[in-house]
Amino acid sequence: MAKSKVSEGVDTRSGLKAAAWRRRLPLMPALIFLVVVTQIPFVVTIVISLFHWVVMYPNDTRFDWFANYVAVLRDPYLRAAILNTAVMVVVGVLAALVIGTFLALLLNRTFFGRGFVRTLLITPFLIMPMAASLMWKHLIYNAEYGLINGVLKWMGNTFGFDAPQPEWVSGSPKVAVILVLVWTWTPFMMLITLAGLQAQDPEVKEAAMIDGANAFQQFRFLTFKHLRQYLELSTVLGVIYLLNAYDQVFSITQGGPGTATTNLPYQIYVTIFRGYDYGRGAAAGVLVVIVSIIISNFGLKLISSLNDVIPAGGRKK
Amino acid sequence: MTVSASSRALAGTRRDPKAVPAKPVVSKSARRRKRNNSLLGVLAWFCGLVFFAPIAWMVFVSFHKEVHAAVSPPDLTAPLTIEQYANVIERNIAPYTINSLIAAGFSTVLVIVLAVPAAYATAVKPIRAVKGTLTWVLSTKFLPLIAALLPLYLVFKELGLLDNIWGLVIFYTGMNLPVAIWMMHSFLSEIPPDVMAAAEVDGAGLPTILARIVLPLALPGIAATGLIAFIFAWNEFMFALSLTGTKASTAPVYLVSFITSEGLFIAQLSAASLVVSIPVVIAGWVAQDRLVQGLSLGAVK
Repeated sequence: MAKSKVSEGVDTRSGLKAAAWRRRLPLMPALIFLVVVTQIPFVVTIVISLFHWVVMYPNDTRFDWFANYVAVLRDPYLRAAILNTAVMVVVGVLAALVIGTFLALLLNRTFFGRGFVRTLLITPFLIMPMAASLMWKHLIYNAEYGLINGVLKWMGNTFGFDAPQPEWVSGSPKVAVILVLVWTWTPFMMLITLAGLQAQDPEVKEAAMIDGANAFQQFRFLTFKHLRQYLELSTVLGVIYLLNAYDQVFSITQGGPGTATTNLPYQIYVTIFRGYDYGRGAAAGVLVVIVSIIISNFGLKLISSLNDVIPAGGRKK
Repeated sequence: MTVSASSRALAGTRRDPKAVPAKPVVSKSARRRKRNNSLLGVLAWFCGLVFFAPIAWMVFVSFHKEVHAAVSPPDLTAPLTIEQYANVIERNIAPYTINSLIAAGFSTVLVIVLAVPAAYATAVKPIRAVKGTLTWVLSTKFLPLIAALLPLYLVFKELGLLDNIWGLVIFYTGMNLPVAIWMMHSFLSEIPPDVMAAAEVDGAGLPTILARIVLPLALPGIAATGLIAFIFAWNEFMFALSLTGTKASTAPVYLVSFITSEGLFIAQLSAASLVVSIPVVIAGWVAQDRLVQGLSLGAVK
């Protein structure tokens, strides 16, 4: 508070202005970089989305108002992609959140090899997503020599029954993709929840125990209440990351069979780089941005309140 | 209760309140609780092993010949070999890995160089519109990257940055910058203002203050930020695929090139996947606490 006056002791107006600029100066390179690399492209995307622009027909490029948006909403592929994205994000985030919280509760106690178990559990998140996706497709799901069917066959041989050998990827493609997403993001949810659990003041729990609260009551009224903001944080971040999921779809199913697993990032990619329909791809991109803005509006408030960061900055003003 | 109370939280030294009342005679319920406790420990171990099993299987497959790897049921007694790793090196993994190192390494450095002064202007000597600026910075993170793909592709094409590793460096810097600014902001907010004031009285300029005072104090924060930026850049695939062709391709793009419809490839694919994943896996293992800080955008300390 007092320290801002320490600086130079300027009282003239221009001096104040100069001081304000001096304060802004260190921020400028980063802000300019962000504007150029992340903001201008979005503006360009909006502009492109208003044009009929298919690379194969360069002579037919023209301003076309909202025709691309209408086309996107009519395009069966993009419509399927919107629906699939919703399913993947909702199911994926919820499953990862529930399993992650469960694991965090398991890890939030002392037992032999706790650090090692945590290390095992976070590894799926660290493996390169492309490597993980290819691993699931070819080493786990593969019907002929994948691990799942291999174990089934082994059990069949051992216990003398005819083991089923399903085609996991083409048989239940959505499940196959979502399972990999959940496997990847559960550790993420677990880490944030675990950090939340460990930020809980043990004395509060102790007091509750002395007051005679049982384990369930302790969880319901203390732990869960305390965890809530962490769960919300991991949900918002999870939604943002799963909304951008691309590697898994690209490598496991290529969006198929048919439109069973195509999601928005993948379908937009295909529209742009395989269909060469820049206008339509851009329009679909703008739609994703709108959805993201709605979600992030919620997320931004949450993160600022959780971070306790903005008040800290404001306090010193 | 503040979130920052969780510093050192993951060190695994949580006091167990249940252990406090030390009665001379072990009661029945205490014994039951102890048994439950060890049962839950076993369950945790089980879950950990289940999550790790696919990776363990990949490691196992990578040490086999293709013909021994692609059998059902799995042959656990097949002879081990390291020939797949030799194959991977022979199949030119090096240039792709070097590209990944350049893209992830330089973008991480650039992110730090841009984010530390920026956070100085929001946390240490704050500008007037801190709140608005920070919210705006974070909002850029929430915009889906796919919507930036086409314009960046077109601009990079114009500028000759397609299939150029520096194009990826620029993009990854932009991709990770919002998170980095937030993290650095939350770390620098904790530097006591008196330290800064003292330095200013002594007449130190901004570069000196940054280098002599902010940097040493913020080093743990910088490590966390750098780790996150590196991991996300190293693992990124969509832009690496779209913006590079042959020269500048990175490791995940290399993995995709393994997929052929003919012949067996899973052992070699496993070896390659492990080789390109190892740097990030080890970094994450070693710096688990930093990882949490980064993933929660600095909200968890």
